Amino acid sequence: MTPEIRVQAEPFDPMTEAGRLEVSGIGAVATFTGIVRGEEGLESLELEHYDAMTRSALERIAADAAGRWALMALSIVHRVGRMVPGDRIVFVGAAAQHRSEAIDAMHFVIDWLKTDAPFWKRETFADGRSVWVEARETDAAQRARWLNI
Amino acid sequence: MAVEILYFAWVREAIGRDSETVEPPDDVNTVETLLDWLAGRGSGYMEAFADRSRLRVAIDQQFSGLDASIAGAGEIALFPPVTGG
Repeated sequence: MTPEIRVQAEPFDPMTEAGRLEVSGIGAVATFTGIVRGEEGLESLELEHYDAMTRSALERIAADAAGRWALMALSIVHRVGRMVPGDRIVFVGAAAQHRSEAIDAMHFVIDWLKTDAPFWKRETFADGRSVWVEARETDAAQRARWLNI
Repeated sequence: MAVEILYFAWVREAIGRDSETVEPPDDVNTVETLLDWLAGRGSGYMEAFADRSRLRVAIDQQFSGLDASIAGAGEIALFPPVTGG
């Protein structure tokens, strides 16, 4: 199983991505699509990343997932650059023979991607404010849940 | 030995550049001592490194701790906690 990992400025189509996961022999596909929220007058979001490291960080998360669950396909697609509310920002999909493996692997990958991949978001609001998003403690807590499983 | 330093997000903005090559002296051998040494370069560095609990580091593209050794490192990246996904 070679995971599909892409970091791109272009939009993606989650239905196309999910369809690619339907490889021979699977019984379940679980997917997650993250979308830019338009809260508090958010006008746009700029996503910066550490180009030389991002791919290897995502590959490590994918390899960890593949080590924990019997996956038959796995995809991680993450956009970078400028996005607006409603835009899709991240896709994670996992395929396995049974649903629990697919769902758990998908959930693990998105939780770890939040804390273990070098992306940073800057938000610009309608009133002109522009701020770097602060990391949330709940993200670290959600990552940590998987350490005891 | 020369080492490439990369800055991201608000660390980059405070310092005013995204990368530079530096040659720290021999006694600068951990990330912490590197931060102390870089802070002497100007107010932007001091601002960026003021609260080290908000700083994260990757050495040769691997997440590391601020107490990590930088011996033999080719590329050290300094940045805030990540916020992707």
